[in-house]
Amino acid sequence: MQPEPKPLRRWLLEAGSRPERYLHAPGLSLRLDELRDTTRLAALRGALAGRSVLIRTETQLAAALALVELDGLARRVVLAPPDLKTSDLPAIMAGAEIDAVLADGDHPCFDGDILLAVPGPAAPLRVGGEVRDTEWVLLTSGTTGTPKMVVHSRAGLVGAIDPAASPPVWGTFYDIRRYGGLQILLRALLGGGSLVLSQAGEAPADHLARLAAAGVTHLSGTPSHWRRVLMLPEASLISPRVVRLSGEIADQAVLDSLKRAYPEAAIGHAYASTEAGVGFEVTDGLEGFPACFLDRDRGVEMKVEEGSLRIRSTRTASRYVGDGAAPLTDTDGFVDTDDLVERRGDRLYFVGRRSGIINVGGLKVHPEEVEGVINRHAGVRMSLVKARANPITGAIVVADVVPEEPFPAESAATSQAALKAEILDLCRATLPPHKVPVLVRFAESLAVTPAGKLARHHA
Amino acid sequence: MDIRSVIIAAIEAVASEQSKPLKPLDDDLVLLESGLDSLCFAILVTRLEDEVGFDPFTLSDDVYFPVTLGDFIRFYDDAARTQAAPTLAA
Repeated sequence: MQPEPKPLRRWLLEAGSRPERYLHAPGLSLRLDELRDTTRLAALRGALAGRSVLIRTETQLAAALALVELDGLARRVVLAPPDLKTSDLPAIMAGAEIDAVLADGDHPCFDGDILLAVPGPAAPLRVGGEVRDTEWVLLTSGTTGTPKMVVHSRAGLVGAIDPAASPPVWGTFYDIRRYGGLQILLRALLGGGSLVLSQAGEAPADHLARLAAAGVTHLSGTPSHWRRVLMLPEASLISPRVVRLSGEIADQAVLDSLKRAYPEAAIGHAYASTEAGVGFEVTDGLEGFPACFLDRDRGVEMKVEEGSLRIRSTRTASRYVGDGAAPLTDTDGFVDTDDLVERRGDRLYFVGRRSGIINVGGLKVHPEEVEGVINRHAGVRMSLVKARANPITGAIVVADVVPEEPFPAESAATSQAALKAEILDLCRATLPPHKVPVLVRFAESLAVTPAGKLARHHA
Repeated sequence: MDIRSVIIAAIEAVASEQSKPLKPLDDDLVLLESGLDSLCFAILVTRLEDEVGFDPFTLSDDVYFPVTLGDFIRFYDDAARTQAAPTLAA
C-alpha cells in the first residue's frame, strides 16, 4: 500500500510521542519528538511559506531538520549536496527560481532579494501549518558542468516505503542530501525508527563504532562503501539484520563476502537512481537480476531498449528544472537509466554506463576528460580511456594509447617506458588521483565507429 | 622474488607515487590504517595482477576482503598455490 503523501511533520505528529527514536550525528543525538514539537526558524516560518528554498547546510543533521521544517511549508525545497560548488550556485538559484536560502555556518553572500534563513535555537511550535504539496528537488552529479536538478513529488519519494514495518535502527553510508540517503531518512521518519547519520571526514572505524553503539539493524551503502567496511576490524562490531547495497554494480564477490561477515543478515542489492527512483531489490544473493523482473507488474514497469534499462513508475522523478532542461522521460513516460544491461540465460547483468562514465569507488570519471589530457602530449596520436573491473573500487581507469610515431625497433622498450612515464606525469599534474590511468598500454590503432567516433566498450 | 617481497615492493611504489606516508609494514598492520586509502589498494591489486598474473579476488570462489597485511599476503600466497597446482600435477 502506498503511504499517504502527507508532510514529514504530520508523520511525526501522528506517530505520537516516541522518546526512543533519535537522529544520531557525531557527538549529538536528537530525539525525533523534539523535531516534531519545536522549530528553529520561529518567526521566519511565515516568511518562508510558499517560497522556493535552497537548503545549503554544513551538516546532514541540519539538512534533516530543515526538511522537516520546510516540507509542507515551502513551495519547493532544493537539497544542496555537500560537494556543490559555489560557482554552480548562480545557475542553480536561477534555474530553480530560488527566493530563499536556509544556511548554517559559513555561507556565501546572496543577492538582496534572497531571504536568508539561519536556524536558531529550538523553540516550541504549537501549530505546524504544513499544508502545501512541497516539490522536492535533488541534484545529480551525473554530467559535467552544472548539476541537473531533478524534481520529485513527496508521494513519489515515499512510494517504496512501508510505514508499518517494525521500527529499525537505520544507518547509511550515504549523505541524506542524495537520493540513496534521502530514502533512508524518509524511512526513518515515516517508519517509526531511528537513524544514524554519517558525517564527511569521519573515520570509517569511528562511524562503525557509532553504528554499533546505536544498535544499527538496517544498513545501506554502495558496494564500495561495503568493501571498505569489510577491510576494517570494526566490521565485526555491528550485526545488522538487513544489509543493502545500491548505487553501483554489486558483484558476486562483495555479496558473498557480506554473507560470510553477516551470516544472519538479509542481504539485498537494490536498483535506484535520482531520476528513476526506487526500481527493484534483488534478495537471492546473486549479482544481476532475474529476467522475469521485466515482466512483473508491481507498480514499476521495466524494459530494455537499445541495451539500456528503462523504468516507468509513480516513483520516478517528474521532470528536470532549469534553463534548457531536457525532458526526463520519453513520450511514454519511461526514464532511460543509461545503465546498460546484458542478458545471460534467465538473468540480466549490469555492464556499465552508456555514456562510458567510469565509477571509481563512487567517484565519476568521464573518459573524454582523461583522453583530453593524454592527447595533449606531443608523442600521442590518440587514446581511449576505459574502465577495468576492480575488486576494491568496482572499477579503475586504464588507457590505450596510439603513439604519434612507431617506437624505434632498437629501443622500443625504453621508448615505451619513457612515453608512459611522461603521460602519467602529465595526468598526475592535471587530474585528481582517481582519474589517473592505473595502466597505460600502447596500441597501433583504435577502433572507430562508422560515425567517426571512438568505439567505446562498456564491459 | 617471493610473493611477499613483490607485494611489499608494490605497496611502497604505490605509496610513493600517491605521496602517502606508510606505517611500518608488519603482518598485523590493518591495511586501511597503513596510510594507503581504497584507491591505493585498487591500484595495488591491478599492478599485482600485471606482475604476478592473477587477481585472487576474482580467481577464488572463496572470496573475502583482507583486513591486515598478513591476510593480504596469505590471500595472494594461497591463490598462487592454487594457480601452480595444475602445473605441478601435469
